[in-house]
Amino acid sequence: MGEPGTKEVLNLDDLQSSGGIHTGRKHILSLLVEHRPGVLARISGLFARRGYNIESLAVGPTDDDSMARITLTVDGAAHPIDQVTKQLHKLVNVIKIRDLEPEEAVSRELALFKVSADGDTRAQIMQFAEIFRGKVVDVSKRSVTVEVTGTDAKIEAFEQMVRPFGLIEMVRTGEIAISRGRSTT
Amino acid sequence: MRAVDAIMECLKAEGVEHVFGIPGGANLPTYDALYDAGLRHVQCRHEQGAGHAAEGYAKASGKVGVALATSGPGATNLVTAIADANMDSVPTVFITGQVRTDLLGTDGFQEADVTGITLPIVKHSLMVRDPLQIPKMIHEAFHIARSGRPGPVLVDIPQDLSRADIPYEPVDSVDLPGYQPTTEGNTKQIRMAAAALSSSRRPVIYAGGGVINANASRELTELCLSDRFPVTCTLMGLGGFPAPHEQWLGMLGMHGTRAANYAMDEADLIVAIGARFDDRITGKLSEFAPRAKKIHVDIDPAEISKNVPAHIPIVGDAKNILGKLTREYRALETDRSRLDGWWERIAGWREKHPLAYEDSVGSEIKPQRMIEALYEVTGGDAIVTSDVGQHQMWCAQYFHFKGPRRWINSGGLGTMGFGLPSAMGAKVAMPDEQVVCVAGDGSMIMNVQELATCVTEKIPVKVFIMNNGFLGMVRQWQELFWDGRYSAVDMGASPDWVKLAEAFGATGMRVSDKGELKDVMNAALGTEGPVVVDVLVSKEENCYPMIPAGQAARDMVG
Repeated sequence: MGEPGTKEVLNLDDLQSSGGIHTGRKHILSLLVEHRPGVLARISGLFARRGYNIESLAVGPTDDDSMARITLTVDGAAHPIDQVTKQLHKLVNVIKIRDLEPEEAVSRELALFKVSADGDTRAQIMQFAEIFRGKVVDVSKRSVTVEVTGTDAKIEAFEQMVRPFGLIEMVRTGEIAISRGRSTT
Repeated sequence: MRAVDAIMECLKAEGVEHVFGIPGGANLPTYDALYDAGLRHVQCRHEQGAGHAAEGYAKASGKVGVALATSGPGATNLVTAIADANMDSVPTVFITGQVRTDLLGTDGFQEADVTGITLPIVKHSLMVRDPLQIPKMIHEAFHIARSGRPGPVLVDIPQDLSRADIPYEPVDSVDLPGYQPTTEGNTKQIRMAAAALSSSRRPVIYAGGGVINANASRELTELCLSDRFPVTCTLMGLGGFPAPHEQWLGMLGMHGTRAANYAMDEADLIVAIGARFDDRITGKLSEFAPRAKKIHVDIDPAEISKNVPAHIPIVGDAKNILGKLTREYRALETDRSRLDGWWERIAGWREKHPLAYEDSVGSEIKPQRMIEALYEVTGGDAIVTSDVGQHQMWCAQYFHFKGPRRWINSGGLGTMGFGLPSAMGAKVAMPDEQVVCVAGDGSMIMNVQELATCVTEKIPVKVFIMNNGFLGMVRQWQELFWDGRYSAVDMGASPDWVKLAEAFGATGMRVSDKGELKDVMNAALGTEGPVVVDVLVSKEENCYPMIPAGQAARDMVG
């Protein structure tokens, strides 16, 4: 550790505390975990026990069979994110956690909207789908089902557009994200 | 080789000499292997007892404690001990039998999802699904239990898999990519901490159970003595710094000394080492140590800034960090006289508010006197275990622990019934040491069955029951905060403890006269085998001083 006794003058008043900070924004936590039974239960159990809310959760395989990817979104206004990530780190089956900054990650979510439609409204709904680069994946006499991909903001915007037609149901996958550039998430 | 025989090999490779437990259907194979494995098995009378015994064993020796139980009720009986070990960071491995794999999930006989039940209260758990993995899992369990921030690890083994024939190769390393505890403290942070200590005029060293776990009491003492740093320990840290000493402020927190709590309140710098700013320490969080900057040393990064924001966080092993911090601090050659004013202030508190009680005029035994007498007759040199309640706090106040691993109690979970089984475990670990248990009459009955274990397994612990006929701490709270409405705290017709001890085959004694107290205690310590001494103390003595729950250090009463 080198020679001790570097005589730096330190004024106690200048010391700043860290931790327990509420960032006030949404955080996307990308977790690389061991792909084995019970890992999701440990993570959801941790959130339940510590009183953290999960806004959305997506789980899937990765390019490595022994690993799975869990993407969680957490409200940084309600919870101190540093404490959330530190608690997650304590789980032995969690290999890596990345708190993805919005500007350095690409995030996507897929949603399916089943909307009431008849002869008059079908074309309008399909037009909205087109504007949102959505796809019509099912049509019946009284409904249209549209697939939309994008950020949660885009999906929420589409929801606002089609709601007046009569939203029968909506299913969302929860966000997944990957870091921008060459580095791995 | 049968998987269970491989388990025995793994246990021996991990240095295990003693295990505590109870057999049953699902762990019959394990017990068959244990039959001639060359390990000493202590056959307990309740799995909770086995679990706490494993904890006492671990706390006294620093080695990993091991408890075995069968599936279903055997496993669920371990739950309190597992939670206790988790709260107090006790290195323990719990090996449970599970129903056969073809019965799993069918509500089979004696099936309980113990892995699921214990998920929030373990450091880690391993459910065996492939018998070939068993040796690796056992070693992983021990590695996780004892390294980093220690804690309980559960290994759940279905009965059929435990009988499987597997090729056994000794395992010499474990590979856990998701588990890499940081042990070396950051050099820059340590240097900054030394500089902060040097700038500080009102420092306090606040040490917790992490110092004991890290075997760092010598390093803690050296840091404190590298200047005239005032030092206080939490309930779990007692013995981390040798008491009594001129720099020793006593314990802090809810039943700590005024000197310790007021010093925290007025400090300009607090150095927390292996302590976690528990609510029993901080009281009202918004008014806790408002003037102090905090240096927080902990092996668990999640503890840092969890309750109280840290100004200089240092993650790592306390032993390693304290050594470096002392070296850095010494090199600064700070003027020791800068602390004169601080010590005058502390001396004032000490003089005005010494830890004291009013002794009885007649023959009545005050509970505080009982602990002082025990301290005197043991030369302050015994391993003391306790249950939870007033007697525990009086022990912490009046038994001045000179070294680490002499004080074994349930701090975080506050488990009544911990004292006797943990004393049993401590005595098994340290057969040459005097092991005494200070029990409450309310707590003693909760695991009294372990007296049978002590008798049959020849574990000569000496139990001193502080008998006031009440759940004393609850009674105290009802008196002080619930208008004296004594709801369900009178123990009524408690057993005749002398006869009960004798029924178990132990020796029973009783004392109610202050003048005979030490003689009876000496007689008990001099008697072979387990002894239970029923010490009849004042019925309604309160434990003071006290910070009422949720209030600040300045609000201490009594």
